[in-house]
This record gives sequence, structure tokens and C-alpha cells, in this order.
Amino acid sequence: MSLELINVSKRVGVDQHIYPTDLKLDPGCINILLGTTLSGKTTLMQMMAGLDPLTTGSLRFNGQDVTKTAVQKRNVSMVYQQFINYPSFSVFENIASPLRVARVAENEIKRRVGEMAELMKLSAMLDRRPSELSGGQQQRTAMARALVKDADLVLLDEPLANLDFKLREELRDELPRLFADRNCVVVYATTEPVEALLFGGKTATLNEGRVTQFGDTGSIYRAPTDLISAKVFSEPPMNEAAVTKAGETMTLDDGTSWTASGTAASLGDGQYTLGLRPHHVVPAQTGRQPVKVKGVVQVAELSGSESMIHFMLATHSWVSQSHGIHPVEVGEMEEFYADVAEAFYFDASGQRITG
Amino acid sequence: MGKIENQKAWFFVLPVLFLVAFNALIPLMTVVNYSVQETFGDNTFFWAGLMWFEEVLLSERFHASLMRQMIFTFSILAIEIPLGVAIALTMPRKGPWVPVCLVLMALPLLIPWNVVGAMWNIFALPDIGLLGRTLNAIGFDYNFTRQPGDAWFTMILMDVWHWTSLVVLLAYAGLVSIPDAYYQAAKIDGAKPFAIFRYIQLPKMKRVLTIAVLLRFMDSFMIYTEPFVLTGGGPGNSTTLLSIDLVKIALGQFDLGPAAAMSLIYFLIILAMSWVFYTVMMRNEAK
Repeated sequence: MSLELINVSKRVGVDQHIYPTDLKLDPGCINILLGTTLSGKTTLMQMMAGLDPLTTGSLRFNGQDVTKTAVQKRNVSMVYQQFINYPSFSVFENIASPLRVARVAENEIKRRVGEMAELMKLSAMLDRRPSELSGGQQQRTAMARALVKDADLVLLDEPLANLDFKLREELRDELPRLFADRNCVVVYATTEPVEALLFGGKTATLNEGRVTQFGDTGSIYRAPTDLISAKVFSEPPMNEAAVTKAGETMTLDDGTSWTASGTAASLGDGQYTLGLRPHHVVPAQTGRQPVKVKGVVQVAELSGSESMIHFMLATHSWVSQSHGIHPVEVGEMEEFYADVAEAFYFDASGQRITG
Repeated sequence: MGKIENQKAWFFVLPVLFLVAFNALIPLMTVVNYSVQETFGDNTFFWAGLMWFEEVLLSERFHASLMRQMIFTFSILAIEIPLGVAIALTMPRKGPWVPVCLVLMALPLLIPWNVVGAMWNIFALPDIGLLGRTLNAIGFDYNFTRQPGDAWFTMILMDVWHWTSLVVLLAYAGLVSIPDAYYQAAKIDGAKPFAIFRYIQLPKMKRVLTIAVLLRFMDSFMIYTEPFVLTGGGPGNSTTLLSIDLVKIALGQFDLGPAAAMSLIYFLIILAMSWVFYTVMMRNEAK
């Protein structure tokens, strides 16, 4: 079982919502669409489902062309950011609704809804209406409805975005388990890199209607192919600065310099963009190749176990993310240690240069 | 920790109390005052107890106006609510026609009530009105100033014309607030258009429709200006609704006692029926 997108694109009037895209999604793991709001995640999903016609390209399911197949005949299910349930139905009837449409026998419906409710921890509230449930329970009902019919393709469009922190954590833990032994293609859209990393599986990074990279989540995080993919998959945002290499010396545009080694050593002389994840810029000296950088602190967020310090490195806004509490004065010039051994280097076109 | 008493808060309530007293409580109390007294002029009053209430409740005249009022109100509700929902369903939800439709729909609501009455009066006149003449020209014996049936037909038509827009606008507001995702979810489930209406749109419109029914009920039960200008309560008493009758008693005959009693009964009927409507329509809602 697999879903293949071949040269799929979407254009509305003069706006290109999705640029031509090729993707092959397999069952067995969660496929994540990672991108900011308006990057095209929802459009792409709706095209996968058949809710939105393609401008160009085709969709293949198990090798069969389904481009023109109506959504009702595709056996897909979808969970939305808003909690979508039939308002006048009880939880039981909500979960049972796809089975009723499919004319499944009554005792079979009872059995499957019961099982699904058990799994989703909804057994105690089968008689209630959606409006009498908490947000988390409403979303679990919507998920139960999506899962009960054994769809071939399950699309989850930011299903946890509208939930509060606690419930989000809870469902995040449950989700991979729910899909573990199901033979269906699962697509999960999110704006949060943390969710992608938690679920593992595969990730496609999306930016302004383009899939910039697709592959194993871990490898995409560790080895982005270009600046845009790296930025999409970084929260807090990746620190950037222009860097010039001359001989063995690397010089940042604020004047900081160090001796090139590792990846940097193999670069030719010239100008590059340096990308460094916030947790590699810390207030106390650690790391393999710390380079001291200085900047005026703009904002300091000290949470229980983590310090997030925003500072200006010349004209660039940088973030330092570190464990522990590191009190700094806002408005003061402070020193940070950048572990440049972890840095990515991108050429003028934004492609990452690997050693 | 004990509760901190702060009596100063009462001072903040005083202005509201003052306002409500002057615009509602005191006028209402004068009505209550009249309703339990009898006068023979000279501004001297005698205690009459519940006499006026008994008289009004037992009078055939009151029964007849109340019945006419009920028939009128329930007829226009039965027409305006389904018609309003149907029109709202056919209105576009996006695109350049949305403002056009909304303005067209809002137009009747912007016309003053007495103008509506006068407009329809002229429109329906059998000799010079467009509607009246046309109906007669195509063979109907139509004359709303002579025949009670025609008067009723015109009165209801006028109300439907004037007020269906309100239901349309409320229902439309309910419809556009339904996220697209609901329709998509229904599409994925393979739901038919009627199922979408019955199980998504109607339940989602329930709150606004409750408001619509309540507003239309209260307004139509108290309606005075439009039918008064249109028919003046006639021919005979055939379109004398409660409010028209009340004005006749209070200002025409100057029977202050019975009019006051009737006002209070009128008010209690509206209050009670609004409560019934609201309770019945909201009985399944979450607390």
C-alpha cells in the first residue's frame, strides 16, 4: 500500500499554492508535513484526499490512478485542527457514522465502536454529545471516527494545534501507538518541529508551496540539504550570519573569527551563510569548538529548566538555548559560546555544502 | 480567609437602578396602579381589586383578539422561519455577490414600519395599487378593505416581506460560521445533501434560529403600526390584533382600568410564551 504524488501542483488564479511535487508515502510510519502556516500543508492534504482537484499531475494509490476518483470512493479519513463532529449525534453515533454510511451490520458497529472507544478512552462518555465534552475528548472522538473505518489513507491536519498543552502531550504519546499496527498511509501536518521529531517516521519540509526535502525525520534534521529546509525544521529559528573564508580563517560579518576545521576546512575561499541551531549557542563554555560571540541581549526567557536568550549579533537576531538558568541583563552586551563544529554552511543559492 | 465585605460596590449599581426605575419600573407600576383601581374622572380613584383582570379574561372581545393574534403570529412564524432558512441556504457564501445579497436582504429591514404599512396599503388597493389591480385583472375578486380573507392575506404577505430578511440574515450568519472542514468531513463520509442539512447545518444554526424565533415571536405578537396603517383593524374587527384592540380600549374608549389589566395580561403572555419557546428549543443544549 502506498500513495504516490506525481508532478502534483495547485494553482488558483495567479497564485501558485503548490509547486509541482513528487512524493511517495508508505504505510508503517507517520509521514509528517512540516511547515509554517500557509506553507501549503492543508492544500496538499486536501489534494491527497481528493477534496481539492489537482491543477497538474496525478495521484496513485497502490499503483492505481485515483486522480479522478471521488473522495467518497477512496476510503480516506481526515482529522482537522477544529474538532469536527456531528453536533446533534452522541459520541457513539459520531464514531459509528462512517460505518452506518458503509451499511455495516448493527452488532458489528457496536463491537467496533466499543473497541475504538476503549482505545480512545471514550467508553464512559458514549452517550454524551460533542458539546458536553472537553476539547481533548472532542478531538479523540473525531480521531476515533477517522480510525474506525479502517481507511487506507488517514490525514491528520494539525490535530493537536487547538488543544491545551497537557492534552497535546497526552495525545502525542498515544498517536504513534494508534497507527503502529495499522496498514494505512498516515499523513500528519504540523507547524512544530518538536512534533516531527517525537513521531519520527518520515518528514517532508514545506515552504511556500514547495516540498524542499523529504526523508527520514532524523536525517532531515541532522542533514538539511538547503537553508530553507533547515529553517523550517528548527524551533526556535536557526541562527544565521554571513561568514567569509580566507585561507584557514573564518570571519563572521561582526568581525568574530576562528580557524576553520571539519566541514569548514574543506570549503573554498569565499562568502557563505552560516547556520547554527540555538542549542549550539550557549552562555557557558561547552562544546567541541567554542567560538566566543558577543551581542546585546534583547529578551531573556528563563523557564524552569531552560534559558532562551535573544541577542543581536551585529545586525542578526540570534537565539541562545541552554539548559539551566543563566541570568543575563537585558540591554547589556553579553558573551556566548558558539559551537561552530555543529554549524551548517550554505552557498549563495542556499544549498548546504557538505564536506 | 474571610470574605472581604465592601459595601461601596452598591454605589456603582445606583445609576443603573435609577435608570431602570425611570424607564421601566415606574411606568410599569403606574400600569399596575391603574389595573387595580376604578375612576369616575376628577382624578379620584377607588380600589377595584382584580375586577378588571376578571373582566378582561372573561370578555369575548379579548378572546377574539387573542385568537387573531395567535393565528397571525403562528402563521408568520410557520412561513418566515422555513422560508428564511431556505433563502439563506441558497445565498452565496463567498465571492462578489455576498455584499449584494446582504444589502438586498437588509433593505426591507431599513424601512420604517409606518412606511411599510402605507406602502402596502397603496400597493394592495384594488383600484389603483399594482398588486390589487393585477390580482383583479387576472380574475381574483380581491379587495382587502372589504373582505376579511383578503385583509389577512395582505397583512401576512406584508409581514413576510418585511421580516423574512431578519431570519435570512440570522440563518446566514449561522451558516457562514460553520467551518469548511465540516462539509469536507461530510463529503469524506459520503453524506447526501439532505443529511448535511439535517445533521450539520441545522444543528449548527440552532442557536441563531432560536434567537430568530424568539425575536419574530415577540415582535409579531406586539405588532401594531404596520397592520394599523394597512387595515386599521378592519374590515370590521377581522384584523384587530391584541395591540390594536388595546389602543382602542386605552385611548379610544379611555377605559384605563381594563386597558391596564389587559396590558399586564398581554405582557405575561409574551413572557410566558417566550420562556416556553426558549426552553423547548434549548432543552438539549449543554448547560
